[in-house]
Amino acid sequence: MRRVAVAGVGLAKVSEHWSMGLKELFAEAALRALDDAGAEGFDSLYVANMCSAPLQGQLHLGAMMANALGARGVHAARVEAGAASGGVAFHEGVKAVASGLSDCALVGGVEKMSDGLPEQVAAALAMSEDQEYTAYTGVTRVGLNALLHRHYMDRFGASAEDVAMFAVRSHEHAIGSPHAQYPFKVSVDRIIASPMEADPIHMLECAGVGDGAAAVVLVPAEDSGSNVEIAATSVATDSYYLANRRDLLTFDAVREASARAYKMAGVTAGDIDVLEVHDDTTIIGVLSIEDLGFAEKGKGAAFVAGGGTTRDGEVPTNTFGGLKARGHPLGATGLYQVGEVALQLRGDAGPCQVGGASVGMAESLGGLGSTCAVTILRRA
Amino acid sequence: MKTTNAVGIVGYGAYIPMNRLRAEEVNRVWGGSGTPIEEKAVICMDEDTITIAVECARYAVRRAGVDPQEIGAVYVGTESKPYAVKPCGTIVAEAIGATPNVMAADYEFACKAGTEAFQNCIGLVASGMVRYAMAIGADTAQGRPADALEYTAACGGAAYIFGRKSDRTLADVEGSYSYVTDTPDFWRRGLEKYPRHGSRFTGEPAYFSHIVGAAKGLMGGLGTGPGDYKYAVFHQPNTKFPINAAKVLGFGMDAIKPGLVVPFVGNTYAGSSPIGLAATLDVAEPGDRILMVSYGSGAGSDAFSFLVQDAIAGDRNPDPPVSSFITRKRYVDYSLYSKLRGKIHR
Repeated sequence: MRRVAVAGVGLAKVSEHWSMGLKELFAEAALRALDDAGAEGFDSLYVANMCSAPLQGQLHLGAMMANALGARGVHAARVEAGAASGGVAFHEGVKAVASGLSDCALVGGVEKMSDGLPEQVAAALAMSEDQEYTAYTGVTRVGLNALLHRHYMDRFGASAEDVAMFAVRSHEHAIGSPHAQYPFKVSVDRIIASPMEADPIHMLECAGVGDGAAAVVLVPAEDSGSNVEIAATSVATDSYYLANRRDLLTFDAVREASARAYKMAGVTAGDIDVLEVHDDTTIIGVLSIEDLGFAEKGKGAAFVAGGGTTRDGEVPTNTFGGLKARGHPLGATGLYQVGEVALQLRGDAGPCQVGGASVGMAESLGGLGSTCAVTILRRA
Repeated sequence: MKTTNAVGIVGYGAYIPMNRLRAEEVNRVWGGSGTPIEEKAVICMDEDTITIAVECARYAVRRAGVDPQEIGAVYVGTESKPYAVKPCGTIVAEAIGATPNVMAADYEFACKAGTEAFQNCIGLVASGMVRYAMAIGADTAQGRPADALEYTAACGGAAYIFGRKSDRTLADVEGSYSYVTDTPDFWRRGLEKYPRHGSRFTGEPAYFSHIVGAAKGLMGGLGTGPGDYKYAVFHQPNTKFPINAAKVLGFGMDAIKPGLVVPFVGNTYAGSSPIGLAATLDVAEPGDRILMVSYGSGAGSDAFSFLVQDAIAGDRNPDPPVSSFITRKRYVDYSLYSKLRGKIHR
């Protein structure tokens, strides 16, 4: 297999883009990534997206976006793996270039959530859970996360404030990020005082609704001129039905995907200089930190509260704000994460820069940890 | 838009029903959290949009001291007409003694129907077609049970009589500006009881872009800025929106506070900004300049610049000020509210 490099990154600001459709949003990120790479074009296109069918009544995004970019004849397909769509699409793009089937892959994610009414968005999000066993009950995604959040506090004696600190850190890191949706500080008191979304999860512990698009350009590493190489990508899955899990508070897909990635890259958790994890609510960020190997099970919240994930901490995490503060446009999120890690390794992270970062990792989750995509990038 | 002949307000009157429903009462029944306003005005058993329009029209006539037979147009802006076909304007014109030599019709443009009537009255008077023209914004707004609008959708109205500028005009119209696009943020189709809305779509691309667009368009055309206005009135769907609109445009709380009636009255739709203007005129002094910007879903905003005249000083309090309607109240619970608003039937 060929070594693969990230040649370009394009990130649209996460916002409520009322005047842009899926095509315009996608093109903004894609054209920025192609410009950044200095690429004339591409021969394969992967479009990550989760909810265009229920929210826009639109499928067949591969050909649609290829057409929107004027790329006649290229290979193009939509990749959907719930909110892990971006991470999984990246994995597919890497495989295409590594195998030699593609010499330049454009991998982009797009999501336009503001088109939907709140109940439509909630129904769309619930589609990543089993309609026969879980989603039909009417439980929301945040409602499911709340089960884990409550169980975590009960089993490990973690305080609501310690778990909420994950959101505090994310907001601190988003300040100065040009593409973040909420680049401002939020105190733990304000989070705890915000309305309950699903007890014990407060509104300000949840990623909001946002529109966004992110894209990267992948090329063979040799003679690419890029100093950001893919050290590993892996995708793993777990029981789709929460009640069948070995342990509710352990995401086996995260453990499996990260174990494979560490092995492929020849690194351990201790070698990771910068980390992006999937914090659609605070508890999911905490569990991710644990299952990726940065804190013992049950001690993730204390690790975060103690400063382990700050820019100067043990493992700087969600350095542009994560899902909570950069924003979480579902299918695009995994590509924001990979793009942000690439910017950190290039030294192009501006006010969000982590000093001396040479190995970075991104973790993207679909459903309640039923799909996990892990990517490790290395500065060449 | 500037008229070739100067026009001003010669009389105005407001009316707000006595019943109030606390936002907390909606939460008690539906289990919500947060309150976009304190309380809203609710009609009594024998009230509707027409009775509200008649009440405020009578106050306006009394304050103006004009012969109703000289009022050549009566326009009612509303989205809650008691009759689908049969004008409110004819009933109001009859009630105030303006018939039969009068134009009468109803305007519909969601919450800016009242100020749409302003624009037309100003034009009719300026052209010389009529001596006086009356524009009313009044509504008994509907909110679906448990919907965000149920907290705020309220009842009330205000009437304005426009005439040529004279030593009797209370405030002169310096100019107006309309800003309209096809933005479907809120609507109610025929035979539907409750309106539907696009949730957060009603904010940035709807309310704010039109309010700001109209305000900037007007001030740009007149060569004025926020510093030239003692007061500003923005459409008031809830407490937060007009305050944020004021901030975006550079107006302080002092400028909007006299006209900010929504926390205690609710969103009276077509009556909203006209009542806010009435409350502001109640306290304004000669020489004060007032900016008023309405907003109607669908969507559009009308902006007006008024310069308060000397006549206002001698014209105080023959009629009830808006504040007297705000303090005149009795609380109803959700059960009685449901009966009064036709949500339950025997």
